This record gives sequence, structure tokens and C-alpha cells, in this order.
Amino acid sequence: MSCAQTIQDYALRSIGIGERLLPRSDFTLCQQFTLIGSGMIWNVYFGAIALAAGFALAVALAMGKASRRVMLRKPSEWVIFVFRGSPLFIQFFFAYFLFLSLKGSSDFFNPFTAAWLGALIVLFLNTAAYSGEIFYGALRSIPQGDMEAAEAYGLTGWSKFRRITFPTMLRLAWPAYTNEAIFLFHATTLVYFSGFPAWQQRGDALYYANYFADRTFNPFVPYPILAGYFILLTLLIVGLFSLGSRRLNRHLPGAMQQRLRLRPNFLR
Amino acid sequence: MTCTDPATLDGLAWLGCYLTTGKHLSFYASFGTVLLLLAITAPTALLFGFGGAMAARARLAPVRFLGKTYIAIVRGVPDIAFFLFFVIALDQGLEYLRHHVLCPDWDQPVRQGSDFVVCDIAKLPLGSAPQWQHEIYGYSLAIVTFAIVFGAFAANVLYGAMMAVPRAQLETAEAYGLTRAQIFRRILVPQMWVYAVPGLSNLWMVLVKATPLLFLLGVEDIVYWARELGGTKNPSFTDYPHGDWRIWYFLALLVFYLLLTRVSEALLERLMKRLTFGQATTGGAAR
Repeated sequence: MSCAQTIQDYALRSIGIGERLLPRSDFTLCQQFTLIGSGMIWNVYFGAIALAAGFALAVALAMGKASRRVMLRKPSEWVIFVFRGSPLFIQFFFAYFLFLSLKGSSDFFNPFTAAWLGALIVLFLNTAAYSGEIFYGALRSIPQGDMEAAEAYGLTGWSKFRRITFPTMLRLAWPAYTNEAIFLFHATTLVYFSGFPAWQQRGDALYYANYFADRTFNPFVPYPILAGYFILLTLLIVGLFSLGSRRLNRHLPGAMQQRLRLRPNFLR
Repeated sequence: MTCTDPATLDGLAWLGCYLTTGKHLSFYASFGTVLLLLAITAPTALLFGFGGAMAARARLAPVRFLGKTYIAIVRGVPDIAFFLFFVIALDQGLEYLRHHVLCPDWDQPVRQGSDFVVCDIAKLPLGSAPQWQHEIYGYSLAIVTFAIVFGAFAANVLYGAMMAVPRAQLETAEAYGLTRAQIFRRILVPQMWVYAVPGLSNLWMVLVKATPLLFLLGVEDIVYWARELGGTKNPSFTDYPHGDWRIWYFLALLVFYLLLTRVSEALLERLMKRLTFGQATTGGAAR
């Protein structure tokens, strides 16, 4: 079977298009590249949607945690504490079994036990909590002078938030937020190892890499392929975020614009 | 209280007996497994990290390259991929080495299609070994894997901390005629810790939150037991039949980890206060 044929059969295997059966023996390099790449669709899906949706909740959580009202502050603090203080792996398991038991009481929860929704919700809440903490830190380090200047110009309430607080917060948080985005994409590899079943063997990149490593008993081929894909993805994220950084800092003189370094820090 | 006939018990007595079955005791012991992993891995990873950071600063180009590669390798790739990779890779690497030493006149290739074939006496642990040896071996592989991955993280932190020590300190030492080794030992290392502690604290938190991945490495850890014990139990297999309780077991694990991170946070905060006491950093400056 030629490589072009393999790509045609398996490039969209992870979302159920193409050949139904996975290769069982005589694995070629082409098959491994194609299927692991196919799995990346899920990693990008989980990461991109969780990040986009998590952003909104993260801003809300940060504002809540910085709020003077106890009713807003306490819940935000708790969400951030619970999701940052426990392992994502355990969160996945807990959520899966929670959805499983809810499924018993109502049909509404049927899709929640599938990875595409259930795991997405966990990732969404998790990244919202981590980003929320980052934004909260940024919020607290906005120079007092900026806020006073805004007030002197007569900006209050929503317009002050929209024009001053929010952009400044984002600008300060951006490097750490880039990190969080990279980390989130890496965390998506946990999904299919944590209770959520891979329906009809439609899994993510690590699922297929693990499949090949198990079958060939040779970890030295599939895992480096996976690593290569992820390094590419990481570079892509860093590239996109540095575009964002340039936009956020476009009013600053050139020397003050910190160039986003191409060396992501990996600690959350 | 007697637990001989659980069918006659109810309420708290039943729960008390249920929570003290042999399997539950293994479950509680596995919390010890996790803490033991932390206790062994943290210093080992720090050691690996120290070596990595030193290598990355070495004057010899190949050593420096090696150190920097080690630091860079965990960047950009999910750590769980490393976990899955190293456990097999280390096992095969060790068996391969033993195979060459112990069976020098073996003429077949080690990799035959989808099989990894070494001679019988090179197997690790030996096929005839008792169960506990297999468990210890699996656990040791897991520890080494954790140490390698987190060592690279630590190397990055320590490398940064070594770079953060003010140049003037090192230049002064040079002016006093100290050798490179002396400067490293007496000036650089004592001063770098204060810069390293925030990064290492963060790393500790990441390490704590990575411990449930032991489950993926095939160790019977708390995740394993929570799944085992929580699953539905039929009266025909157990004296304590119950429905699907996995959600409660994982809730317990969640609480355990929240407590663990909370306590760590408080302790690390105190450590940082002590280290920065009287130092001219933002943490130590009078506030």
C-alpha cells in the first residue's frame, strides 16, 4: 500500500472518516506518521476550544477574585483553588464518574460521558482557573498611576475597564498566558488515558502513539513522531501569541516592546 | 465490633467494617506509595537538575550541548509522553545491555518484527522472580522516569538561578584569586538558592500534581485502588456489595491532593521567608 493511499485512508481516521480498521501488523513509518497526525486533530480541538472559552471565564474569575464583594470573591477563589490545587488527571476521572452517575438519572447527560464534551468541560474549567490566577496577578500589578490617570480623564466603570484595565491586564499577563496555552495543549494528551473512552478507537495523538508502541513494542518510533508534532504545535502557538503580543504592545516605543522569547517556560 | 458477618451489619458499623477490609488497607498504603515517590523523586530530580545545569554551563562544548539538549528536550513535548516512553525505553535499554553482557554468543537479532527478544537470563526481573521483585522493579522504573523528566525541569530552574547570581559577586571572587571550582562551590551555589526557590516551589507543585500518573506507569497507586474499590461490587464476589462508588473515591483523592498542595504551599511560603530574610530582594526587603 502506497503512502498516499495510507494518508487517504487514515488522515481523518480520528474523527471517523476513512478506513475503519486500524493497521494490525507490518506497521509502516507512513502509517505511524499519518495516524498520530490524525490524532492531533483532537488535541487541537480540545486545546483551541477550551482556550477560547476559558479566556472569558478566566477574565471573570480574575475580576471576581479581585473584587471587594465577598459574594463574588469567595466563589472565584474556590474555583481557582480547586482546579489549580488538584491534578488534572484526577479531575478527569472525577468528572467522568460524575457524568456517568448523572447519566443514570437523566438522558440529558448522555453526551457528557463522551470525551468530546465531558473532557472539554474539564479542560475549559481547568484552563480558566489557571488563566484566571494569571490575570488576577496581572490585575494587581497594573500601575496605580495608570488607573489614576484614567480617572482624571473622567473614565469610570465599564469604559475604564474596557479601555484601560482590560488591555493593560492582558498586556502584563501575555507571556504567562502564552505559557498556559502551551501547557493546555500538552494537557490534552491526558484525555484518553483518564477514563474517557476512545469511541471506535478515535483517539488523540498520544492514544495512537501508545497504540503503536504497544503493538510494535518499540517506543523509539511513535513517541519521537509525537514529539515532533507537538514541537511544531508549540512553535505555532508561540508564533500566534507573539502576533498578539505585538498588537497589545503596538503603542509602546520599539525598545520597550519585549520580544516574546521562543523559549516557553513550562511551569504553570 | 466484629466484622465476621457483614450481611448482618448496617449503618456505621457496616461502613466501619467496609473501610477496614484488606483491600482498603492496601488502598491506604498506596497513599504512602505516593508520598514515598515524592520523597525519593524530589531529591533525585534535584540532583539530576543540578547535573544538567552544571553541564549546560560547562566550558567543554559537547558537554554544554548535552546539558542544553537535556533541558530543552522536555520543552514543547507533553510530559506524559515522556512517562510512557521512558518506562518502556529504560526497560528495553537495561535488558539490551544485560543481553550483550550475559549472552555474548547469541546470534539472533534482538528486534524481530514486533518482538523484543533477549535471552532468558537477561530478562528483568528474571521470569522466575517472585511477585514483589516485579513490583519493586516497576516502581524503580517509575521513579527513574520521574527523576529524568523532572530533573530536566529542575535543570532549567537551576540554570536560570545560576545565571541570576549578580556578575559582580563572581568577579569579586575572581579578583580574590579563587579558582573556578572554588567560585562555583563557595560563591555561586550558596547564592543561587534564593533565586531558585520560587521556581523549585512551582516545580514541587507540578510534581505533586503529576504523581497520579504513576497509574499509567503500571504501579498500583491510589488511582488504581480507587478504580478497583469504587467499581460496582456484586454480592457473589464480595461480602460488601455496593453500587458504583468511584465518584466518591475520586472525590476523596481530590480532597487529598487539595490538602497536599495547600500544606506544601504554606511550608514553601515559610521557607521562602526564611531564605529571603535580610536579602536585598523584593521578598526580603522591608515591607
